Amino acid sequence: MIAKGYTEEHEILAFDDETGLGTVSITDHAQSSLGDVVFVELPSVGTAIQKGDQIGAVESVKAASDIYAPVSGEVVEVNERLNTEPSLLNKSPEDEGWLCKIKLSALEERDALLSAEDYKKSYES
Amino acid sequence: MPTVLLAGLRQPLDLWLRRTGLYDFHVENGAKMVPFAGFEMPLAYGNVGQVASHTHVRTSAGLFDVGHMVQSMFRGPTATEFLEWLTPSSLGGLAPYSSTLSVLLNERGGIIDDTVITKHAKDAFYVVTNAGRRDADMAWFKERLEEWNTERGGKGGGKVEWEVLDGWGLVALQGPESAGYLQALTSFDLKGLTFGRSAFVPVEGFNLHVARGGYTGEDGFEISIPPQHTETVTRLLTKSPVQLAGLGARDSLRLEAGMCLYGQDLDEDTTPVEAGLSWVIGKDRRENASFIGAQGVLKHLKEGPPRRRVGFVVEGAPARQGAKLFTPGGEASIGTITSGIPSPTLGKNIAMGYVTSGNHKKGTEVEVEVRNKRRKAIVTPMPFVKPNYYRG
Repeated sequence: MIAKGYTEEHEILAFDDETGLGTVSITDHAQSSLGDVVFVELPSVGTAIQKGDQIGAVESVKAASDIYAPVSGEVVEVNERLNTEPSLLNKSPEDEGWLCKIKLSALEERDALLSAEDYKKSYES
Repeated sequence: MPTVLLAGLRQPLDLWLRRTGLYDFHVENGAKMVPFAGFEMPLAYGNVGQVASHTHVRTSAGLFDVGHMVQSMFRGPTATEFLEWLTPSSLGGLAPYSSTLSVLLNERGGIIDDTVITKHAKDAFYVVTNAGRRDADMAWFKERLEEWNTERGGKGGGKVEWEVLDGWGLVALQGPESAGYLQALTSFDLKGLTFGRSAFVPVEGFNLHVARGGYTGEDGFEISIPPQHTETVTRLLTKSPVQLAGLGARDSLRLEAGMCLYGQDLDEDTTPVEAGLSWVIGKDRRENASFIGAQGVLKHLKEGPPRRRVGFVVEGAPARQGAKLFTPGGEASIGTITSGIPSPTLGKNIAMGYVTSGNHKKGTEVEVEVRNKRRKAIVTPMPFVKPNYYRG
């Protein structure tokens, strides 16, 4: 089963309990605020990360936005397609535009993530 | 994530923001209004992205509301001499109805603001200054004018009067299709109005001050409109193919054109020589040194400035304002990026910033730090995109 959790920093963690992997992406709201994404910086595979670490960045003409690790663990895969097709982040932020996959080291950190509803409230307020 | 995303757009809610006469018009046209230089200004319209808007101005025509800028008239028998005291420009030699980029300088030769000065006659000048410098400029003009009229050249019969055209509209029609569009609205032959010239042009019954130029590197016009007609005239100027364009596109267009934004690329601790604006200093002005700040400016001209504003093309990640510059492998910073974006027109990361003299030459390889990683950058001449001005 895949469960989605959100952060106030506009990331999504889609956790798959069969593999124990979490896929990180940015929300549709974030891509739409950023505008045309022209460059994505991804972490290196094998990097050990702590929750809250800056692990990459998304750049549009307008602005640069840092990506923070929503959970701790190890980066096991990154979406290499974004190196040549950064616009995938606008077209399909949660699917084809995923950023990286994390092998979680502290499963309980998922509990601190927001529900879709609470996430929506976090930027509307 | 949005720490940087919305930085600069978020300001305290209790901040009192001004509006231009086109505020309702912007809202009606789906503008996303954001605080900028003390005003609520359009960032973008509807669902038109910054790149699409930028490209439309480069290939067709766009209209910008620049009514937040401060428009002033200086009139009087010694108006030329007064403005030649405040700026290093040769205004005496400027032909009537011609404009020049200029700078207001402090006593040290630092730039208080950059400005465009249009001469109507030797006793009448139209001056446009930045909204973000409104308070500083107004205080400076007021104090200097008082000094001029009581102790200096304006004493006795030579007084200079200053009028701020508060509430007046100012719009910039920019892009290769601007001239054709405006020509269809006027009997005035725009062929005679070349880059840097201005005229009063009848547009559908309104007599408007039109200056050929702008802040995009494209052919275009800056049109000054009396308060009561601003919205009506703007409606005339925004029919197809003209699209409304906001601050987002304005910033990427001006950066591709190599033009400075005060507060980022220019400040009071920077002389025009450091800023690469020595060309605004008139030849005759270098000899008589009769302008405020002349000593500092002439020293930089003579000995060379300690640092210079240059352009860069950056590999990989875009380098933005505040990014530090280094020599390859070097430890001590040699300068800072002041503006940087991924260029929509070129598909490369462009930037401008200041480096210590010696590192400023075209083709010099430097490194710029973005997110704690060094990236390669090459000193590149500006403008990055070839200007498309109409010179007749």
